[in-house]
Amino acid sequence: MLKILKNVFGQTYKFLRNDKFAMTGAIIYLIFFIIAILAPYLAPFDPHEMQREGANFMFNKPPGDEFILGTTNMGRDIFSQLIYGTRPALMVGFSAAFFVMIAGTLVGLISGYYGGRTDSILMRITDVAFGIPFTPFVIVLVGFLGPSIWNIVVAMAILLWRDTARVIRSQVLTVRERSFVEAARVSGASDLRIMFVYIAPNILPLSFLYGSLAVGWAILTEAAVSFLGFGDPQVISWGYMLNDAYVSQALSRGAYHWFVPPGIFIMLAVMAGFYIGRGSEEILHPQLKDY
Amino acid sequence: MLNIRWKYVLKRTGQMILTMWIISTILFFIFRLMPGNPLVAYIDPTFTEEQQQILMQQFGLDKPLWMQYLIYIKNLFRGNLGESFFFKDSVLNVIMKVLPNTIYLMLSALIIAYSVGVIGGIFLAWKRGEKVETFGIIVTLFTRAAPQFWVGMILLAVFSFQLDIFPSGGVSTAGTVYATEMQKLLSLNFYKHLFLPALTLSIYLLGLPLLLMRSNMLDVMHESYVEMAKMRGLSKTRVMFKYAARNAFLPVITAMAVGIGYAMGGNVVIETVFSWPGLGRLLVKAVSTSDYPLAQGAFILIAGVMVFMNFVADILYSLLDPRVNIEGRK
Repeated sequence: MLKILKNVFGQTYKFLRNDKFAMTGAIIYLIFFIIAILAPYLAPFDPHEMQREGANFMFNKPPGDEFILGTTNMGRDIFSQLIYGTRPALMVGFSAAFFVMIAGTLVGLISGYYGGRTDSILMRITDVAFGIPFTPFVIVLVGFLGPSIWNIVVAMAILLWRDTARVIRSQVLTVRERSFVEAARVSGASDLRIMFVYIAPNILPLSFLYGSLAVGWAILTEAAVSFLGFGDPQVISWGYMLNDAYVSQALSRGAYHWFVPPGIFIMLAVMAGFYIGRGSEEILHPQLKDY
Repeated sequence: MLNIRWKYVLKRTGQMILTMWIISTILFFIFRLMPGNPLVAYIDPTFTEEQQQILMQQFGLDKPLWMQYLIYIKNLFRGNLGESFFFKDSVLNVIMKVLPNTIYLMLSALIIAYSVGVIGGIFLAWKRGEKVETFGIIVTLFTRAAPQFWVGMILLAVFSFQLDIFPSGGVSTAGTVYATEMQKLLSLNFYKHLFLPALTLSIYLLGLPLLLMRSNMLDVMHESYVEMAKMRGLSKTRVMFKYAARNAFLPVITAMAVGIGYAMGGNVVIETVFSWPGLGRLLVKAVSTSDYPLAQGAFILIAGVMVFMNFVADILYSLLDPRVNIEGRK
């Protein structure tokens, strides 16, 4: 087991070292992780707190020495919100990607390995998942289940595994025919052993790549859902900030310092996922696929 | 040969119907298993006693679950999607009223995105290995990573609020009434309203045709007939457009069918940002006002378009490229 893990991490590291794009993506995530962990030290204020000076609330302050990016119409510090927004973004992105990787890899592995009837049933289910419009589905489910970060993650995980499953399946189909798998079978290894000990290590790098793409999609979708007002009201995410800015007329007031930064942060986080996933030429050779 | 093709079309049609049936079934259970009484989900307390009775009967809400399911499927076939709580009108009517707006927005965005995307893709393939190519790819990746609603917000802030060139939302200036749909389509006012949302949606859709066209061009450029044309000493423009682009273009057409599916989903946020009265905004409104029948109807329609477009893409693919094995896409 340890050997397999070492092998997987070794391959991932080698892949990162050889691919400038992937390296950039990994560095962006690393920086976001550090920001998320150190948020209480980096943010000058409590993101929920309405700032005041004496008896006056600091509503709609432009960027300045005290408030780097100014304040919202409720007097909250925008910069602090931006820093704290890293936390839900990473939480949503990585937990959704984790479910997607597990589910997608399992479905692909079982489908590709057993073939036949199992394969066609699982692939039909995948087709159905592809027929469901992603963003509307998440909105409907979260809207009715209630706004919480975990509901958003669950709603996304229910659909996002579909790409991973398809790709993993086709990879398993080729790995299955290799001689070492044949050798294992002849020596009497069980199906489970062949699948998880012999085949799985060969497809794990690919499921990591798809996982990293899923991080990007998940962050983007969480932002959209929060923007539409179905986000977790307790959590200040970048999507929530944009929703707040939109409904508080920040656009007509030209408060660019309020609504531009959260979008840039979302974009960076999504790009980082794309960059890492680009290794498989996913982005440069887009197939007919939809989100 | 024709026989095999028809068999394939038939098989895909069967699959499409099966997929739609499964999606509707999933939806049925999602809506019935919602927290609270299914009666609450379908019957608004503000309805009169009589209205409530009619709806109870229509959906068989007092009957066991399996009978409710049969009634639900029967109603779907008849296009009976129930009554909207919010609009106090049949769901089908409400949807049909906003559907044209969604189609206008989608079509104009698709046309912009696919024409710019195809030309951009040819251009990037042409400049292969130059700095311009890297720059172009990075810009395209940015457009795919940027949240659409955020792009829309920036365009609104700049072009509507700051420069005051375009209106900030809706399909027409408040108070304008058009006698016919045609009159609306002929008025400049409508296009002024359409411009920003269509631009936002097309920026979102642009990435797929552009990157697809580029990679197809790169593949095709190594084919023997292109090499041959080059050797014959034809100009680069001629080789690129007359020989390479024509063939690289085929998969992009099929991608456009899928693009329509994309656009349906992408519409949800863009329509909300620009207060564009379309299907996506309707869905958001339905969910936020807990208008279950309306949400269900809007969702089924969006899913239907997506499934149908995937079907169209597959059929087109098999028709346009005879080399494709009918069993699968490649």
